[in-house]
Amino acid sequence: MATREVISTGNELSALAARDAGCRFFGGYPITPSSEVMHEMSDLMPEVGGTCIQMEDEIAGVAAAIGAGMAGVRTMTATSGPGISLKAENLGLAQMAEVPLVVVNVMRGGPSTGLPTRVSQGDVAQAKNPSHGDYKSITLCAGSLAECYTETVRAFNLADRFMQPVFVLLDETIGHMHGKAMLPTEEEVANGIVPRKSFDGAPEDYRPYACEHDQPAVLNPMFKGYRYHFTGLHHDAKGFPTEEIETCRKLIQRLEDKVELHKDEIELNEEFFVDDAEILIIAYGSVSLAAKEAIRHLRAEGIKAGLFRPITLWPSPQDRMRELGAKIPKVLVVELNIGQYRDEVQRSTGRLDIDGLFKVNGRPISPYEIVNKVKEL
Amino acid sequence: MAFNYDKYLRLEKMPTLWCWGCGDGVILKAFVRAIDKLGIDRDNVCVVSGIGCSGRFSSYVDFNTVHTTHGRTVAFATGIKLVHPDKYVICVAGDGDALAIGGNHTIHGCRRNIDITMIIINNFIYGLTNSQTSPTTPKGMWTVSQKAGNIDPTFDTCNLAIAAGASFVARESMLDPKKLEKVFVKALEHRGFACLDILSNCHINLGRKNKMASAMENLEWIDSITTPKKKYDAMTPEERINLLPTGILKEDTEADEYCDMYAEIIKVHQGQRKTISQDDFAKKI
Repeated sequence: MATREVISTGNELSALAARDAGCRFFGGYPITPSSEVMHEMSDLMPEVGGTCIQMEDEIAGVAAAIGAGMAGVRTMTATSGPGISLKAENLGLAQMAEVPLVVVNVMRGGPSTGLPTRVSQGDVAQAKNPSHGDYKSITLCAGSLAECYTETVRAFNLADRFMQPVFVLLDETIGHMHGKAMLPTEEEVANGIVPRKSFDGAPEDYRPYACEHDQPAVLNPMFKGYRYHFTGLHHDAKGFPTEEIETCRKLIQRLEDKVELHKDEIELNEEFFVDDAEILIIAYGSVSLAAKEAIRHLRAEGIKAGLFRPITLWPSPQDRMRELGAKIPKVLVVELNIGQYRDEVQRSTGRLDIDGLFKVNGRPISPYEIVNKVKEL
Repeated sequence: MAFNYDKYLRLEKMPTLWCWGCGDGVILKAFVRAIDKLGIDRDNVCVVSGIGCSGRFSSYVDFNTVHTTHGRTVAFATGIKLVHPDKYVICVAGDGDALAIGGNHTIHGCRRNIDITMIIINNFIYGLTNSQTSPTTPKGMWTVSQKAGNIDPTFDTCNLAIAAGASFVARESMLDPKKLEKVFVKALEHRGFACLDILSNCHINLGRKNKMASAMENLEWIDSITTPKKKYDAMTPEERINLLPTGILKEDTEADEYCDMYAEIIKVHQGQRKTISQDDFAKKI
């Protein structure tokens, strides 16, 4: 892989990735600690003939971004937890109408206004089900500066593949981290772009939502002669509202299955000293950096600890977690919330003896704390 | 020869779900005639609607159509318009949609003066959900959420739009479809945010409990609260009480349109012009 070296922050790298992945619209609203994404996009978008607009509120920010997605361009919004709470309804519309969108969430302390300038991973459960109703969230989580870039690029391709919003979770620590990152070249990213499918037959034959039971809608760009309908209501093959029993059932089941039956295309994990591990640490995002450091210390003392790091949080890597859980006696989940992902680890492994090291005071977890916790197990 | 609407309608969606005698159909037809009169290709039109009876407007017309969440039409339309500044983007919203839950977006659409035509179908009530008070429900009227009589003061939609900065503001009612068609033509031709307060009847969910149970009685009431702008302007403040002026209330063709201004931003970032400064604007604050 051809690479380039940059010195930047997580938030800025996420914006850069959006541009390189072909994003041409950003709609947002200022919110700490994600605002720098919008600041960057306000320069990057017009440079390439795209648009960055600061809307009147979080709701309008995501609505404008979804509108641009309906119009046919790659589109993004960025925010933090309180913003996701406000955007939730329209994220549901994007799930229902199958509009691709990338949502960067730089997590801060919650609930409510919480700790605006401090780190948290408290939005992991929210990312799974931000809006009411049934659908399958796709959520990626960057664990390094380079991944702020590569996971944002991946999010754009997944959004177009699955035709739905894709979350990129950063956290305050990684979003504001400043340092060196090795990135794929712009050319490499451009070559990897897989645009959304489109229909090029006769307009009268176009059925945007008449797809296989496990496939996403095929939505043509607007103003190209295919005059169809977007709606948040249950809809038929052409996108028009319906309450027909089988059509409604099939639609919602398809929203689930298009992701559930293709998880292999989405799942991405990192395993660090897992092969001979007797203690498995599960951590993601910035916490995984501390976990790796802790494992080096533990290994130096002869304690066989390893790290399993889900990069795709949702849908979760449940099969791999089950395998590891069946093999490794002690499992410790380390996260900046009170067990939001531990619940998923318990569910996946079928074990209720999963230990946790949690922190919710807005401060990062240090390697030292993890080392001590492991020694207590 | 009578106007043939077929080309512009999704006939397989007929009949509409609107009640017998509802004004929404009259407004839809006037809008279609305006599009036809201007010779606008159907492929170049996007209609964005919200939630409520007016929300179904978009599914009946054969354009690019979007049925959005409650109150958010202008926000979605802003994204669509900025991607395609050369296309016609029209919002259709009800009074509850545009002025209550979506009030903020309406205000900021006006402020940006982005080239969107916003048709607010104002029937003074939440019709689809059975008669709850809207921001335009007159004081003293019965609503299902205020059975003792509405005490909530009303918005004047047009004054709000003017104050917020819309460059084209007009009010008409469905009583005069020809005037309606004319104002739609003017609004579509206008480059900037056009906010249209289009008064309509809801004899079913406003009228029945407020002594105007038929469409005709409801329309007579609308007639009694409206007067042409010229007449209105000549009236004393006392005479203006309980009256709404109709016609074009504001038309500013000089105001900067948002997409045009954003094109200048792109030029700055692509090195084709220097940074935009206060000197580039006639009106700075």
